[in-house]
Amino acid sequence: MNEFATIGELARGLRQGDYSSVELIRHYLARIEANSTLNTFITVAEDEALNAAASADQAFERGEAGPLTGIPLAHKDIFCTQGIATTCGSRILENWIAPYDATVVDRLAHAGAVLLGKTNMDEFAMGSSNENSYFGAALNPWDSSRVPGGSSGGSAAAVAAGLTPVATGTDTGGSIRQPAAFCGVAGIKPTYGRVSRYGMAAFASSLDQAGVFGHDAQDLAVVLSIMSGFDPRDSTSSDRADSWLTGVSESGLKPNDEGLTIGLPSEYFKDLNEGATLLQAAAKEFENAGCRLTQISLPHTDAAIPAYYIIAGAEASTNLARYDGVHFGYRCENPKSLEDLYQRSRSEGFGIEVKRRILTGTYALSVGYFDAYYLKAQKLRRLIQQDFLSAFEEVDLILAPTTPGVAFHTGDLTDDPVAMYQQDIFTIPASLAGLPALSLPCGFTGGLPIGMQLIGPHFSERRLLETSALYQQNTDWHQRHPEVA
Amino acid sequence: MQWEPVIGLEVHVQLATKSKIFSGASPAFGGAPNAQACPVDLGLPGVLPVLNAEAVRMAVMFGLAINATIYPYSIFDRKNYFYPDLPKGYQISQFDHPIVGPGTLTIQMENGDTHIIRITRAHLEEDAGKSLHTAYAGMTGIDLNRTGTPLLEVVSEPDLRSPAQAVAYFKQLHALVRYLKICDGNLAEGSMRCDANVSVRPLGATELGERSEIKNINSFRFVEKAIQFEIERQIDILESGGKVKRDTRLYDSERNETRSMRSKELSDDYRYFPDPDLLPVRLTLEFIAAVKASLPELPQARKARFTTELKLSDYDAAWLTNDPAVADYFEAVLATAHDAKLTANWIMGDASAALHRDDLEWTDCPVPATELGQLIARINDNTISSKLAKTVFEALWTKEGTVDEIIDARGLRQLSDSGALRGIIEKIMMDNPDQVAQYRAGKDRVLGFFVGQVMKATQGKANPGQVNELLLDSLKREKGSEE
Amino acid sequence: MADIDIKHLCRLAQLALNETEHQAVRADLERIIAMVDQMQAMDTEDVEPLAHPLEADQRLRPDEITEVVDRDRYQRGAPATRDGLYLVPRVVE
Repeated sequence: MNEFATIGELARGLRQGDYSSVELIRHYLARIEANSTLNTFITVAEDEALNAAASADQAFERGEAGPLTGIPLAHKDIFCTQGIATTCGSRILENWIAPYDATVVDRLAHAGAVLLGKTNMDEFAMGSSNENSYFGAALNPWDSSRVPGGSSGGSAAAVAAGLTPVATGTDTGGSIRQPAAFCGVAGIKPTYGRVSRYGMAAFASSLDQAGVFGHDAQDLAVVLSIMSGFDPRDSTSSDRADSWLTGVSESGLKPNDEGLTIGLPSEYFKDLNEGATLLQAAAKEFENAGCRLTQISLPHTDAAIPAYYIIAGAEASTNLARYDGVHFGYRCENPKSLEDLYQRSRSEGFGIEVKRRILTGTYALSVGYFDAYYLKAQKLRRLIQQDFLSAFEEVDLILAPTTPGVAFHTGDLTDDPVAMYQQDIFTIPASLAGLPALSLPCGFTGGLPIGMQLIGPHFSERRLLETSALYQQNTDWHQRHPEVA
Repeated sequence: MQWEPVIGLEVHVQLATKSKIFSGASPAFGGAPNAQACPVDLGLPGVLPVLNAEAVRMAVMFGLAINATIYPYSIFDRKNYFYPDLPKGYQISQFDHPIVGPGTLTIQMENGDTHIIRITRAHLEEDAGKSLHTAYAGMTGIDLNRTGTPLLEVVSEPDLRSPAQAVAYFKQLHALVRYLKICDGNLAEGSMRCDANVSVRPLGATELGERSEIKNINSFRFVEKAIQFEIERQIDILESGGKVKRDTRLYDSERNETRSMRSKELSDDYRYFPDPDLLPVRLTLEFIAAVKASLPELPQARKARFTTELKLSDYDAAWLTNDPAVADYFEAVLATAHDAKLTANWIMGDASAALHRDDLEWTDCPVPATELGQLIARINDNTISSKLAKTVFEALWTKEGTVDEIIDARGLRQLSDSGALRGIIEKIMMDNPDQVAQYRAGKDRVLGFFVGQVMKATQGKANPGQVNELLLDSLKREKGSEE
Repeated sequence: MADIDIKHLCRLAQLALNETEHQAVRADLERIIAMVDQMQAMDTEDVEPLAHPLEADQRLRPDEITEVVDRDRYQRGAPATRDGLYLVPRVVE
């Protein structure tokens, strides 16, 4: 069995009877166990997975299988799953069991996917290295002295190491794209509103989006197809119909042949060191495939990081106020008063990065600072979005680096929060604008993967995925895998 | 030194929707603790709010009823503070873009004076849960059932000038929301709660004095007493040369005093900002027009109609229109009775007393309106006397039958046959010659004796008016003929 | 560089930092705020704030009871409950 098989390959194997779903799941569970030093999973749900696999096998026998029946997947530990702990990488939710499933979880389960377990992440999705997890850092399978990226580090590393063919993640400022790039896998953040946020612990409500990691664009398309769609439980969920996306598991993903115009933002390429050559090579691939390249400008790019940290911090500071030790989650021992209960539960429960973000956000919203910070950031957000909208009048897609460089070493940036924030410099702008974006592996530097980012107009997932298919038709970076157990 | 009180009220109205404002749980009062708190109400990880259409419609109805601006664009904000009855650590409210803008409410005092009270705004927000402080040693118990109940917060300008005006305003608001059927008005259950902002200033001054806020007053009587106490307290401070400190107070009804609250929220900085889980609420002109078309007749218009068209006194009209259930019953009775004054008397008198005695609501009145109407009609057409009508009413109350059935079954038909009555009168006169002589000698009071005798002889069924007329005639005739 | 009142922010956010953490967080926040202060030099005259990436209006939900509350399930794993109530140290109003 090819451990780096795609969903398509696995589905074929299951249909043809090469193996049962139970055998398949056993295989992946064994791989997870063998690679436990990578610490990609917080919870492995062995019994539940085998039960679900058995049900899937029965569905095959009845002839009722769909595109995801019996296929293993992993959920970032930020999605609520009934019966299995949802920790968000935090002591605050250690052993917390949600009484409901996130909409994303529910839809994928309904489609027959088998949940292997919950993957490691930076606490409450705050981080770019997966070093902020209460359950220990996750490691990069290409080089275990390096970070897998974050906050969805566990999911990215698990897919890269062949521990699961696909895994869900969330992306607020780059938390899918950046780890995808560091781990040499594909990862997509859809348009804001495309996928329901119900049951996904909130970090920054106007930025958070659920997405998926996989080896190739086809897998991203199939899983995204099931995950997306209007949800009446989420007021920010878009009700825009997309028949292509709904039907892509049937129709299959076809490489784009329209000869698109692709823009390269000058602001993103100016200080690029590592990977500059690889990005240029990727651009050339598109040109060879009939696309037209052109330089564009996104003049307010420098505003992105400050605006993001204010907006995300502000929203996070209030979203995390519910973790107060009163009716669920961690409570300190022997609280002497209500105030003591709040302060000690939260201080003992949260890690340092979460505290920094909460305090930053509290500062931005506090009396006297609101206009200068929160409101100012919202205005810059408008300008950043306008940059993209103007650019998309000239080009069909934007090609950019995903990260400033390759995966850095564990511990390199933990003392310097601002330097850590700079890791997201290329991913944050698309998040602020609510645009769909993905990262694909496009080469290696010193044996470590480099990712390229494609950004499209709102609701242009089809164009993004078909263009990715085009790239992967002509290259084989996505078929390179690390040496793992 | 003459002092003028300046009072503004913030009234929280619980909207009578079937489900909560942001979740599909029930907001009904009185459930087992936390049995109506769903994951959205509990603020569990990943839950999200979705706005209840009916809460919006009710808010718009209210705004139209007070002639307020309805804002076609309004925003929900997060009001951030920590308290155990607030599970998310913030309350979803509306800060600087409320759904309803400035309007007015006219109040009428007992002496007939009217005042137009300006309402600054009304906005939608979610209610918090409840804390039970006394049941558990050293601990407070939190019930989150009430969390998420829709509230309409109605804020008045500081236009009220006395505790009596404040009560009149609160009562008028109470009547209005029940007329609009947007709130059940059950004060005991907390369906309406009032915060009073009270300050005093020298009479004639234009600047406002420092105010204190009395929170969570939930009865008309306490509104009046709490504000009265607070005014006196502030005057005492100012007259002895002190300064009133702005603070938040609670009214203690047992001691009839207000007390400073230990600071409930651990800071005053609520850090309001637009809730990113909710989008702006946009109302179309068509929607607003449709709500406007559905407005019922408002209490003041109804009262005016009762005085001008039905010619009822101001007092009666006010009494009858205060509660829409009473006014509806009245008009239903009137439709059969065709006598506004008599109908008013019966409702304000016998019917009201019976409901009170049996602890019933107007909506549970056992006498159908048409039957009470019929009873009044039978009084007016002389079928039955007013006195015996009370007996019929009691029989109607216990559902003995219809008015006519009861009258016939019990033989209560008024005796109005003058021939028969004359016969009875003549016999009584013959049997009581002394009283006849006394009457003819000028003792007019003796008439009452004869009336009594006639009533006794007819088991109370004689038509009193006729009896009087015939008696006078018989007694005087003899008198006259002697001259 | 604005003077950040960490103690005040901690009170608002209900966090308690020990002396070492306090110093570290203060230093971190100073660096973070210095970074975000770059915004002040950027021209945003006449620009409307963008609160949501997609221009859309709030959807209104029909007024129906759709939740069946399973209180015991939700309270499983709650820190402290009795008789269906959540317990906290006594609060004095």
